[in-house]
Amino acid sequence: MGASSTLLMVSHGHCLLCFSCLVTLIAHFESHLKPFLFFLSISLSLSFRRLSVSVLMGLRLPSKVLEHIISFIDANEDRNSVSLVCKSWFETERRTRRKVFVGNCYAVTPAAVARRFPKMRSLTLKGKPHFADYNLVPDGWGGYAWPWIEAMAAKTPSLEEVRLKRMVVTDECLEKIAASFKDFKVLVLTSCEGFSTDGLAAIAATCRNLRELELRECIVEDLGGDWLSYFPETLTSLVSLDFSCLDSEVKLSDLERLVSRSPNLKSLKLNRAVALDGLESLLRRAPQLVELGTGSFSDDLDQEALSKLAKAFAALKQLKCLSGLWDVLPEYIPLLYSVCPRLTSLNLSYATVQMPDLVDLLSRCSKLQKLWVMDLIEDKGLKAVASCCKELRELRVFPSGADLDETDVALTEQGLVSVSEGCPKLESVLYFCVQFTNTALVTIARNRPNFRCFRLCVMEPFAPDYRTQKPLDEGFKAIVERCKDLQRLSVSGLLTDKAFEYIGKHAKKLGMLSVAFAGDSDLMLHHLLSGCESLKKLEIRDCPFGDAALLENAAKLETMRSLWMSSCFVSFDACKILSQKMPRLNVEVIDEHPPETRPESSPVERIYIYRTVAGPRLDMPEFVWTIHKTPEIGVSNLAIKHCCGRFTFHTLYLISILFPLRC
Amino acid sequence: MAYEEIINGLNLKDTELRLGLPGTEEEEQQQLQEVSCVRSNKRQFHETTDEHNLKEESSPPAKTQIVGWPPVRSNRKNNNKNVSYMKVSMDGAPYLRKIDLKMYKNYSELLKALENMFKFTIGEYSEREGYKGSGFVPTYEDKDGDWMLVGDVPWDMFSSSCQKLRIMKRSEAPPAS
Repeated sequence: MGASSTLLMVSHGHCLLCFSCLVTLIAHFESHLKPFLFFLSISLSLSFRRLSVSVLMGLRLPSKVLEHIISFIDANEDRNSVSLVCKSWFETERRTRRKVFVGNCYAVTPAAVARRFPKMRSLTLKGKPHFADYNLVPDGWGGYAWPWIEAMAAKTPSLEEVRLKRMVVTDECLEKIAASFKDFKVLVLTSCEGFSTDGLAAIAATCRNLRELELRECIVEDLGGDWLSYFPETLTSLVSLDFSCLDSEVKLSDLERLVSRSPNLKSLKLNRAVALDGLESLLRRAPQLVELGTGSFSDDLDQEALSKLAKAFAALKQLKCLSGLWDVLPEYIPLLYSVCPRLTSLNLSYATVQMPDLVDLLSRCSKLQKLWVMDLIEDKGLKAVASCCKELRELRVFPSGADLDETDVALTEQGLVSVSEGCPKLESVLYFCVQFTNTALVTIARNRPNFRCFRLCVMEPFAPDYRTQKPLDEGFKAIVERCKDLQRLSVSGLLTDKAFEYIGKHAKKLGMLSVAFAGDSDLMLHHLLSGCESLKKLEIRDCPFGDAALLENAAKLETMRSLWMSSCFVSFDACKILSQKMPRLNVEVIDEHPPETRPESSPVERIYIYRTVAGPRLDMPEFVWTIHKTPEIGVSNLAIKHCCGRFTFHTLYLISILFPLRC
Repeated sequence: MAYEEIINGLNLKDTELRLGLPGTEEEEQQQLQEVSCVRSNKRQFHETTDEHNLKEESSPPAKTQIVGWPPVRSNRKNNNKNVSYMKVSMDGAPYLRKIDLKMYKNYSELLKALENMFKFTIGEYSEREGYKGSGFVPTYEDKDGDWMLVGDVPWDMFSSSCQKLRIMKRSEAPPAS
């Protein structure tokens, strides 16, 4: 019990916690506690989200003190580290954790989580794999929120916040949330589906202290706009409301009254159905807004209405984020000029703004940190951004014509080069472009070694460097070599195995990698799995690798959250072998046709592999195949060679999460 | 011109005066085919039916549509359905541009926007003589694949049938009918 005189030294980053605070804390305790000398230094490297603990103890640390110290620790990664130190730290940590994050809802059972964290106030869950966003995961695969809501309703009824991403949420779930959590405050659903506006009505009507209701890009069965009218007159606690993904018109007068009685409202994101006159009336009632998502921006307004709207915008002295702007007409862009100088985030990705209106707008946004825009911005517009928006940290450029199309060269690699040159703080990029060059990538890497997230989508599959006709290997090599802090990468264009050799060799901090239409052979996967030490999520589609690399690096998969492969050359046999050798992985084959009906070595359509301590899931649809479904299927002799059954540290880590360590 | 063609039900395509370089359509088709067959040793893409193709029989053969590619969320694609982006090319200009026809209410707005975009003047339009007073002639490709002079048909008809815009050099355009 208690930390012994163990010296744990894992040093990282810089020391932030004030030592004097600790000394005061210790002095506070009564002297009947055995006076003891100890030297305690905790260095919290908050920016790198790693807890480093150096502890040199003479005698045991009282649990009250420990609890107090741990309460300063917020980040989940840090708390995970704390819980590994020893049994008492595990116990103290778990009893005090309020914010729980589960990156894969099938990695652990709801009951286990509820049992471990009785004081849970906030639950964040992620369900389907990322490629579900692009329709690669068939409907009905899974990711159901219900078992979680049910478990928490029973075990942790003081839950206040639920944040779900890519999960199936039913009206039943929403009604259960409303009925079970008395002090429910925050509901954020991102890319979720399965519910209707009736479920929203239940939340609106019942959660008396609701602060945040955000629906981000959800697919909702829209039965009308009545749901908003269910917010009672007594509800005055609203801080954030986002219903931008809904189609139906809500009753403006109800929305006006809701906004009027919500003095703390900071974020309001309207749906497209809210017209400009409605917007004006709402802005008048909420000049304190920090985030605004407008509705449709294209009605015919007379001069008087225009000037009223201009005035309403000018009154938004705190506005930092602007989005929406559907169908915005060029003549209305000047209405936004008054807020531009303060904007830090601007989402124009649904706005049909073109050059030069875009430049007129962006040149006034000198504080801009985040810009989402369509390729209508063209190279010229990005050059303007590079010279005006010196604070830019994140840029996303989406294609305006989302189909594979003929070459449209108004937006080229030059746009991204300009921004990488002109914006010294740029660290996150998502860029859709028809073609690229190695030179551009090398230049970009040289300009901006501080990239944390670099996602380039060359929309033409297998497109080589269009000047040299060579693969883009050297370009991406420059990116991974220079950008030492790269955490997320998406590659595209023509790439050979060499590119992946470079990635495996250099991208040591890489956590997530997306690959499509690339590589030549199994080597590609081998480089990635054996090289990328920090790899947590790997998603691959249409790449020509097979069983060998997967089986050879089986142990690696337990150190990762998940691996997605579709349209590759992995056989069902390999999946069976992998599954048998690695019981703590769920190996799901997602295939229209029963895999046994395929010839032995024939590739399966999709595979999703993830580590789990929950065992095989019980809610698999018929098109998901695992060995647990058909346990009597044998394993071919060829496979025995590839067995990798050794325990790794990471397996121990997983076990330790469930079962407390003994000191 | 095209309007009359439909009413009469006569297929005057063969003898019709077309504003377009000979062989333009075929070239484009070839390019598309090259694009989809680069790596024959690769697994075939998943194909979906091309919606446009089911509607228009006279357009070029289906471009291979790959499931989930480019990786853009469907709500973004859906949003763009309400927007009809039109490619605009100008003879001699290095870049293609895109415009959203729905932003304009009539021809004069559209032409003014084109003039601004490409930095040229379009000249005066007259029904008899087409565009006079400049070296350029604005043309468009309609649903049937015919190249027409911008302004000949009522605006609503134009905006619903226009597929592509091309600002031709006067020297390349055949004389107005």
